[in-house]
Amino acid sequence: MEINEKIKNLINENDVCLFMKGTPDAPQCGFSMAVSNVLKHLNVNYKGIDVLKDENLRQEIKKYSDWPTIPQLYVKKEFIGGCDIIKEMFEKGELKKLLEEKKII
Amino acid sequence: MPLPLEEIKKLIKDSIPDASIEIKDLMGDNNHYAATIKSSKFNNLTKIEQHKLVYKSLKGKMGNELHALSITTEGK
Repeated sequence: MEINEKIKNLINENDVCLFMKGTPDAPQCGFSMAVSNVLKHLNVNYKGIDVLKDENLRQEIKKYSDWPTIPQLYVKKEFIGGCDIIKEMFEKGELKKLLEEKKII
Repeated sequence: MPLPLEEIKKLIKDSIPDASIEIKDLMGDNNHYAATIKSSKFNNLTKIEQHKLVYKSLKGKMGNELHALSITTEGK
């Protein structure tokens, strides 16, 4: 399968999709861990995708989102941001609001 | 490959001339930074667009030479 198609499928099939280093239970990078923790804290059911398992995916997701870093969070097919944005949104209560509006929590 | 703080500042300043930039070297290793950047260029942009402007100014170094740069952006 083309990698782009694989990315599209992941985003289409999972309401909350986190491209990360490591897994939700064992993040391999502080930034991925921070976003994972925020999602867990908000009781979000999310799909973690470990880009360290697939170098091709790791490079292509950066192009797909036009975003140079991992983690990357998608909610209902929309790119929400990386670690800094997610943390800021969480601290301001905006993330919870967005997830509620999108009927995730 | 570490990137000195002054060089990061210069790169951002080159493409966002009115930026006020504060950067902290979090671990003293030229590799883990936190930057707060204020610019009128950010006015009326989404956070994603604001951060993309900063990433663009770093000319592909983000995620490569530059491993860890936390960004906080604000309009002015």
